[in-house]
Amino acid sequence: MTNYNSSNIKTLEFDALIIGGGGSGMRASLELAKSGLNTAVVSKVFPTRSHTVSAQGGITCAIQSADPNDDWRWHMYDTVKGADYIGDQDAIEYLCSEGPKAVFELEHMGLPFSRFENGRIYQRPFGGQSKDYGKGGQAARTCAAADRTGHALLHTLYQNNVKEGTNFLNEWFAVDIVKNAQNEVTGVIAFSIEYGEVAYLKAQSTVMATGGAGRIYASTTNALINTGDGLAMALRAGYPAQDMEMWQFHPTGIYGAGSLVTEGCRGEGGYLINKDGERFMERYAPNVKDLAGRDVVARSMVLEILEGRGCGENNDHIYLKLDHLGADVLNAKLPGICELSRTFAHVDPIYEPIPVVPTCHYMMGGTPTNINGQAFNRIDRTDSIIPGLFAAGEAACVSVHGANRLGGNSLLDLVVFGRATGMFIQEDLKSGGGVKSADKDDIDNALDRLNTLNNSDSGYETAEVKKELQQCMQNYFGVFRRGEFMKKGLDELQEIREKVDQLHLKDKSNAFNTSRVEAIELQNLFEVAEATAIAAYSRDESRGAHARDDFPDRDDERWLCHSLYDPLSKTVSKRDVNFNPSEVEAFPPIVRTY
Amino acid sequence: MATNILEVNMYRYNPEEDKFPYIKQYQIEKPAKDIMVLDLLHLLKEQDESISYRRSCREGVCGSDGMNINGKNGLACITPISSVLKKNKIELRPLPGLPVIRDLVVDMTEFYAQYEKIKPFLQNSTTAPEQERLQSPEDRDKLDGLYECILCACCSTSCPSFWWNPDKFLGPAALLQAYRFLADTRDLKTNERLEDLSDPFSVYRCHGIMNCVSVCPKGLNPNKAIGEIKKMLLKDKKEIITTDGAMN
Repeated sequence: MTNYNSSNIKTLEFDALIIGGGGSGMRASLELAKSGLNTAVVSKVFPTRSHTVSAQGGITCAIQSADPNDDWRWHMYDTVKGADYIGDQDAIEYLCSEGPKAVFELEHMGLPFSRFENGRIYQRPFGGQSKDYGKGGQAARTCAAADRTGHALLHTLYQNNVKEGTNFLNEWFAVDIVKNAQNEVTGVIAFSIEYGEVAYLKAQSTVMATGGAGRIYASTTNALINTGDGLAMALRAGYPAQDMEMWQFHPTGIYGAGSLVTEGCRGEGGYLINKDGERFMERYAPNVKDLAGRDVVARSMVLEILEGRGCGENNDHIYLKLDHLGADVLNAKLPGICELSRTFAHVDPIYEPIPVVPTCHYMMGGTPTNINGQAFNRIDRTDSIIPGLFAAGEAACVSVHGANRLGGNSLLDLVVFGRATGMFIQEDLKSGGGVKSADKDDIDNALDRLNTLNNSDSGYETAEVKKELQQCMQNYFGVFRRGEFMKKGLDELQEIREKVDQLHLKDKSNAFNTSRVEAIELQNLFEVAEATAIAAYSRDESRGAHARDDFPDRDDERWLCHSLYDPLSKTVSKRDVNFNPSEVEAFPPIVRTY
Repeated sequence: MATNILEVNMYRYNPEEDKFPYIKQYQIEKPAKDIMVLDLLHLLKEQDESISYRRSCREGVCGSDGMNINGKNGLACITPISSVLKKNKIELRPLPGLPVIRDLVVDMTEFYAQYEKIKPFLQNSTTAPEQERLQSPEDRDKLDGLYECILCACCSTSCPSFWWNPDKFLGPAALLQAYRFLADTRDLKTNERLEDLSDPFSVYRCHGIMNCVSVCPKGLNPNKAIGEIKKMLLKDKKEIITTDGAMN
């Protein structure tokens, strides 16, 4: 194939470019489209096919509907504790205090929330939620549209972007960041999946809203498209990633299929049982039982299985019992779960328990940003803003989830920080902010990878290498981790790296060539997996989702901090956690029990 | 022996190589357990990298992988092969009636254009309260069976009226959403919405063929929603006649 270079591809120019058409991307674009800036959303799928659509249980926020005395500070306390104290408290304060505004806006846009009798938004209990800073019992703080909240949210955002006339580049795939000599980000190289046309998408501000990368694991609740494209692009451009060892394993993925079963099931009164029918969470979390933090529940399930009390022929899964809730509750509150369970587990939850197993679900780490969505680098132990680069949502690490995200906080993260990023860019560009242009060499450099792949005439097959990578991550970097095993995993990753660099793209055609997309996605997955592995090996303590057999205790003296992975040296350094919220006193770290 | 082999006949077309589309036959060992059609496609793509299809969530909520499976539209990711196999054979074709970009991938521009035409967003120009707008659970229930649409296009591309007039007849998917906003007590543009739908084509080309209902992978009923719109249009007309007086 002919090589692409800066003189044979076209340039499309925008004020702001948003990579990713999920919740955070479309919340940011809505803000920008309303402001009149020339904005484009680049999405590798039609926006309503983004992974936000799969979110089920709801969006957690102290809107004082279920409880008129609810307080965003209680939500903040729960989130700080859930994060095992390495969430940044200024960001968590912003998330929880701005949250109600962002949720009411969604309702005004038309999101079909479920309702209480008084007409207000329905809220259900979720794990890790409390009243009065953990002293007042279980709270019900998760706003829901049945068990299809993500679908309702994503469609509502798309609809409002249609209303505001947002410019969409649908089924365009971003390949690499273009940066200029000043190390500023000036846009991306992308191609149209439909026709294969390659272009330099030039912008003053580029927002990575590309979601998570759960596909680094063999077993995940994530969509096939969750390949960490934005984070990988940033890593390849030499920018750091934060807290990459922190991956959430959701307690209830459908055994065998991986599809998510919402925590809302347990919020509505469902519970987990082992092969003896025992409600075992009573032993691990005597106070809140099945509504402990997700990391705690997932580990308890794995321990039950390891100790021989798992269910099924091979004692390798756990049952989620719902039948006692009755058909009426299940059909009204959890209709989507009933549907998924019948399709993928061949089980009707009205009569039988659902077989479930902890499954990779969410990436707490990501590109480090401040609360305006500005990405930063670490230079001489201080944060240094990367001009032109932003991140929001799961791709970003702002960090509100720390070492473990609470259920329902991801949708809130999307809308609060998507909105904040859009508002900041709007003000920044209107007050003369922006970046210098890239020159020809900068653009050519960003085309390298695409050219190499297009010219490959031998090498490894994407599907095979992908399986190897996913199995390696699953084996060595799962729910429980151990130094010696991880070392083995790191060695395997070295071998996989060579293969990933030598993928053979047999099909060189231009029209809807999904093989080309999948090859680049695999390279992206690899960058994220490597960052994960190196960060996990470095953190020699157990905290939140990162549980090490060989270092079972939390070590606040050494590790009450973020890990920052530098892709150039492939080393991890430490970065302070923010303990300076502006309106409330910081919550100091205490022992985390449920 | 022969019973262990699946025969998959797939519609293939690559605009850069093929003058005409053709059916390609693949033979593949029947998997030990029942798998979804999407999993089957993944296995075939490992054999033949050039096969192209859309997919994302793989659990029936994103609407990417609508296709025609043994003659009936459905989502590949939630269709078990056991439910469609006929004598160990499966035929996979793109959704009918839309231009084919490549293999099982269709150009959905026309489908999305009809969706945008119905102004698929809440219209309420009154000042928004500081909190949410209130809605009773009964009023909210009216949206059930409507808002869950995933825009997979299985319904509209199974509809002969849509095949005939894809530019003028809105099609079941867009009409389901039209009714979703008509039914929403928070939307205040009911009259304008009805006015937009009152021409002879937008709604009235639905002849109750019901293919939309039989294929919807989410179990929704666009035909019923269209019936409700027709009722509203008739009522609307009557009111206009009565208030006008001239036609009494």
